[in-house]
Amino acid sequence: MGKSATTSDVHALFHSLRSAYAATANHLKIIDLYIVFAIVTAVIQVAYMAIVGSFPFNSFLSGVLSCVGTAVLAVSLRIQVNKDNKEFKDLPPERAFADFVLCNLVLHLVIMNFLG
Amino acid sequence: MLFQLIQSTLPGKEKPGFDNLYFFVKKKQGVQTERRVIVVVGGTKIVVRGGKLVAVGICIPVEVISSLQNPNSLTVEIPNSDPIHQIRPMVAAKMEKSAADLPASPGLSSVLKSLKLKTKQQELLIRVSVLFLVYVLAFITRLFSILRYESMIHEFDPYFNYRVTQFLTQNGFYEFWNWFDYESWYPLGRIVGGTLYPGLMVTAAFIFWTLRFLRFAVHIREVCVLTAPFFAANTTIVAYFFGKELWDSGAGLVAAVLIAICPGYISRSVAGSYDNEGVAIFALLLTFYLFVKAVNTGSLAWALASAFGYFYMVSAWGGYVFIINLIPLYVLVLLITGRYSMRLYVAYNCMYVLGMLLAMQIRFVGFQHVQSGEHMAAMGVFFLIQFLPSHQYSRPTISRFYVVIIKAILTSSYLVQVFNFLDWVKYLLDDPKKFHTFLRFTVTSAVGLGAVALGVGTASGYISPWTGRFYSLLDPTYAKDHIPIIASVSEHQPTAWSSFMFDFHILLFLFPAGLYFCFKRLSDATIFIVMYGLTSMYFAGVMVRLILVATPAVCLISAIAVSATVKNLTQLVRSKSKPAPAGSSKGASNTKASSKGSLEQSMPFGRNGAIALLLGALYLLSRYVIHCTWVTSEAYSSPSIVLAARGAHGQRVIFDDYREAYFWLRQNTPPEAKVMSWWDYGYQITAMGNRTVIVDNNTWNNTHIATVGRAMSSYEDEAYEIIKSLDVDYVLVVFGGVTGYSSDDINKFLWMVRIGGGVFPVIKEPDYLVNGEYRVDKGGAPKMLNCLMYKLCYYRFGELTTEYGKPPGYDRARGVEIGNKDIKLEHLEEAFTTSNWIVRIYKVKPPNNRW
Repeated sequence: MGKSATTSDVHALFHSLRSAYAATANHLKIIDLYIVFAIVTAVIQVAYMAIVGSFPFNSFLSGVLSCVGTAVLAVSLRIQVNKDNKEFKDLPPERAFADFVLCNLVLHLVIMNFLG
Repeated sequence: MLFQLIQSTLPGKEKPGFDNLYFFVKKKQGVQTERRVIVVVGGTKIVVRGGKLVAVGICIPVEVISSLQNPNSLTVEIPNSDPIHQIRPMVAAKMEKSAADLPASPGLSSVLKSLKLKTKQQELLIRVSVLFLVYVLAFITRLFSILRYESMIHEFDPYFNYRVTQFLTQNGFYEFWNWFDYESWYPLGRIVGGTLYPGLMVTAAFIFWTLRFLRFAVHIREVCVLTAPFFAANTTIVAYFFGKELWDSGAGLVAAVLIAICPGYISRSVAGSYDNEGVAIFALLLTFYLFVKAVNTGSLAWALASAFGYFYMVSAWGGYVFIINLIPLYVLVLLITGRYSMRLYVAYNCMYVLGMLLAMQIRFVGFQHVQSGEHMAAMGVFFLIQFLPSHQYSRPTISRFYVVIIKAILTSSYLVQVFNFLDWVKYLLDDPKKFHTFLRFTVTSAVGLGAVALGVGTASGYISPWTGRFYSLLDPTYAKDHIPIIASVSEHQPTAWSSFMFDFHILLFLFPAGLYFCFKRLSDATIFIVMYGLTSMYFAGVMVRLILVATPAVCLISAIAVSATVKNLTQLVRSKSKPAPAGSSKGASNTKASSKGSLEQSMPFGRNGAIALLLGALYLLSRYVIHCTWVTSEAYSSPSIVLAARGAHGQRVIFDDYREAYFWLRQNTPPEAKVMSWWDYGYQITAMGNRTVIVDNNTWNNTHIATVGRAMSSYEDEAYEIIKSLDVDYVLVVFGGVTGYSSDDINKFLWMVRIGGGVFPVIKEPDYLVNGEYRVDKGGAPKMLNCLMYKLCYYRFGELTTEYGKPPGYDRARGVEIGNKDIKLEHLEEAFTTSNWIVRIYKVKPPNNRW
């Protein structure tokens, strides 16, 4: 297969992906943005650790785990808030958000203790 | 009884001057529902035909007349002049029933009825009172040793915990967390703050401070002694809620009762056994309950609670590794059985990330969650479920999303394959069925990548392999060949069948029955308990000590069996009475119903069969209670530090030699004296004798222990060199020859030889044996009869007559007359021997003057 065919495939893919994604609700897109931000921060930290070494390992771990942790919690929030999920249809979104805030609070308190 | 209003109507005027107001009320009594129409008569007097009516909250004059058709109904009339025509439907009339009106109700229900309770409230009262009784029972059944001896700490390990708790309450948390103990493992010292699990001590200190705050002037020892029974009682409450989550509240109650008295749990949680397991089993069950609740509800709050439960478990016991491996295994099993759901995703993610972070706050655990092989399963499953899309997501969007991500990853690494890949993926995108294939491919590739990463990590040494303690669980023969210290502990031996029967009794056959019920009604929760039960039973078979971990699972599953069986049987017993004639009321408890023959035999068992089975179940459960109480009383309530025996006339004789020796040490030796003994007694010597020891029960340094073992098994001159090099002032040995006490140092001696020989090849085990036999009499090996341990134990023993009719020097523990009676000590002198010769202390003499 020629390269032009594959690039056109990629373009078609991206277009279909973007159009499908644009259909999702705004609040879900905000959560997705937050998740992407957290993951990118984690990747940056890992790259930095690869460069300078991992000496205060607890600091490195606390940094990475805070990013990963908050991303994971945001994914859980997105799952619980998404109206398409039938399992969570009788969970009020305020409750889901309150749980999210509480878990994040605990997460960051532990991180601050662990940071050294 | 309160009437519940169901309908109120305003019929047309039937009598001039009155508005007839009909209240149809319903009263539920037992299984019968009585419908009554209450009529309240005008004027101040209120009359009801056929019964006394006491009206509550009615302030209008109405008239009661009896109904026309139904003698049980009464119509209400309200006069026109009444300003409050609409009597609100909340008119509730309390009716005191005359005896003729109601069918007779027996015993308890009439008592409860007299308390004016509804059935739901009756049930709640029964449940709460049963739970309260179980709570009290779990506490008091563990108090045997306090009643028989005194309130003291038992065994060896609890003494260290007690000493640490004393330090914590005296010096505060900061000092405790950063404590370096120079009184043990001389000359190395021990970093206590970083090498212990602080949960137990912090819990006891917290209870102590709370009681002190409330102005109860308790001593820390009392708090320590009673911590384990208190937490055992709390475990029964958690078991009730767990059973309720798994099956129903009946199973929860039975589980609470079973676990309250189960000997497998009592063995490590009697009063005085101030050890990690007393608190850890509570934390274990709590974590599992909270996690199952989180999976069932999919709520982040419950997952957070289970993360805290896990944190408490990690702080309490090294057995938390069981949790961090069982839960990922559970997630995998749910994946394989097709029960993967978003609730599981939410619960596991939150619990893993937060739990891992919290666990790393404990210094002893440190970074093990990311570096140790035992914790890698959890991390692997964590990464795996990130890649699994939910079925709830709108499939086209997220499938394309994942496709792009995976393509990006692959593009960065395999430039060539991406071109073929793109075509294939484009074809897949149009057909959702093919997407499953793609998905399977990505999952396997993710798993493969993970396995490669794990392999690289292990091979390079970054991820440490499974430590010996846990590796010997997977391979039970490992410790015997490689790590004698682990093999020598009696609790680490494989379990015999008799131990299972001893610790579980009828639960042993109720466990498979419960498994059957669990499989009949599979849900996320029952799958969890089945897995917990099976894995813990495997480990209980490998090591005696781990019967403790299996106990909650066995109790819960057996409770399911008991509850389901009893429920079925009582339904059988009850259902037969329904078609009984109307005259025999309350037929459920009427055993003399003559309607047995006229019933349709839909069940294979007759009613009598069901009653017989119920009586049989009652008999079995009562035997269980008797067995558990007997076991607790006879086997698990001895403090180990105080020995009891029966004298010649049957009176109880107490041997308190250990504490006698330690207090002698405390009062008669200089404060900086160092004591050398075998590692079993180290904790007790530091806690009660308050002296520095060379080795103690922590056994973290095998070479140091081997040095002591070598000293004990060498001739006196060589041993003296080692003793001087360690700055030892006193040597302590335990000897049971006079009393017949069989856990003394001569019986442990071969382990000293093996451990010492493991590090110093100069010590060879066959030197101490004769034809493979271990003997201390005349036929014993010469090295055995002249080594330091032998000399210290049997010094001056040759002159002592221990038993009537036996020669002097007769060793009652081994049952032989000792071989070497003429013992002369050159470098040590006897300092103290306790009244029954159990503990003997020798002082090390300074070297001879050289001239």
